[in-house]
Amino acid sequence: MSSEPTTTSDHFSQRPSGLLGVMADWSSDQRSFKTASWRKAMMWVFLVSDTFIFSCFLISYMTVRVSTTVEWPHPSEIFALEFDGRKIPLILIAIMTFDLITSSGTMALAVNYAYARKRRAAAILMVATAVIGAAFVGMQAFEWSKLIHEGVRPWGNPFGAAQFGSSFFMITGFHGFHVSMGVIALLIIARNVWRGDYDSGRRTTYSHRAGDYEIVEVVGLYWHFVDLVWVFIFAFFYLW
Amino acid sequence: MTSTTKTDRVDATVVAHAEIARSHHAGAATPKAHAHGRQHPLKLYFTVWILLFVLSAGSYAVDYFNFHGYLRWTLIIAFMLMKAGLIVAVFMHMAWERLALVYAILLPPLAVLVFMGIMAIEGYYTNFSRLVFFASKS
Repeated sequence: MSSEPTTTSDHFSQRPSGLLGVMADWSSDQRSFKTASWRKAMMWVFLVSDTFIFSCFLISYMTVRVSTTVEWPHPSEIFALEFDGRKIPLILIAIMTFDLITSSGTMALAVNYAYARKRRAAAILMVATAVIGAAFVGMQAFEWSKLIHEGVRPWGNPFGAAQFGSSFFMITGFHGFHVSMGVIALLIIARNVWRGDYDSGRRTTYSHRAGDYEIVEVVGLYWHFVDLVWVFIFAFFYLW
Repeated sequence: MTSTTKTDRVDATVVAHAEIARSHHAGAATPKAHAHGRQHPLKLYFTVWILLFVLSAGSYAVDYFNFHGYLRWTLIIAFMLMKAGLIVAVFMHMAWERLALVYAILLPPLAVLVFMGIMAIEGYYTNFSRLVFFASKS
C-alpha cells in the first residue's frame, strides 16, 4: 500500500480535522481553504462583508429606537391586512417570510440536482426560485406603496417616532435590492445550466471542466444569505 | 515487477476512494475526485425546509398571540437563531466545510456584538439626556 497521496482529493481527505486541522490549514504556507474553490471562498468573504453592512443598518435602527423619546409605531398594526372585515396582524410580513423560505428550499434542491448533473431539473428549480423571489419583491413594492400612501416618509409618519420611516425604507430597501439582484443572477445562471454550458467542458469564469456545477452552489449561497438577512430583519424590525 | 507496483498503486487508490466515500458523511458520495461530499439525501433538505416553516410559524405566533416583555424577546431570539443556524449549516453547506473556512466566516461577525453593545449604551445615554433636558419638547 502506497502512503503517498495520489490525487489532490486524497491529499485533502488525509489532512487532520478539528482544531488541529484549522492550524494545519492556516499554517500550511499555501491556500488556507483546502476544499473550497476560490469562487466559493470569495462568495463567503463577500457575504461576511454584506453581513457587516446589514449589521450596521440594524444597529443604527436599534440606536435610534432606544434613543427616541417618542413612542415607536407598532409594526404589528401597521403591517396588518384586512380579510373579510377582520384585521390580521403582520400577515403580509408573515406571507413574505414563508415565500422567502419556500424559495430557499427550491434553491437547495436546485444545488443538489446540479451536483447530480440533472441540469433540466436544476434549471427549472432555479427559475422557480427566481419567480418566488420576484413575488417577494412584488409584495414589498405593495407594502411600500401602502405605507407611502398612509403618509410614512423617511422624515416622519403619522404613527409615532419619525425614525421609523427612515429605518424601514433603508433596511427593507437594501434587502429588496439584494433580492432583485439575486433574481437576476439566478436567471442568468439558470439559462446557462439549461443550455448545458457547464456540460460542454468549455473553460469559463463559471465552469472549469465538464460537469463543474459549483457556480449553482455559489449563487445559491447568495440566495440563502438573502433569506438569512430576512430572518434577522423579521425578528428585529417587525417582531421586536 | 513494474507492472505489479502499478497495479498495487491503482488498487490503493481505489481503496482510498472507497474509504473516502464511506468515511464521508452519510450521503450519496461517489468516489469521484470532485463529486464526493456535495450531494445529500433529499430527505435532509425536506426536513430542514419543514422545520424552517414551523419555526417561522412559531415566530409569527409570538406576534399573533401578543406575547410581551421578556417572554416575547426570548422567543423571538430563539426562533431567529434556530432558523439562522439551520440555513447556514444545511442550506449553505457550512456543516460540511473544513473548520478553517467555518471559523474564518463565522467568527468575524461576532465583533458586531461588541459594536451592538457600544451603541446600546450610547442610545440609552442619548435617551436619558433627551428625557432630562428636552422632556418638554420631546
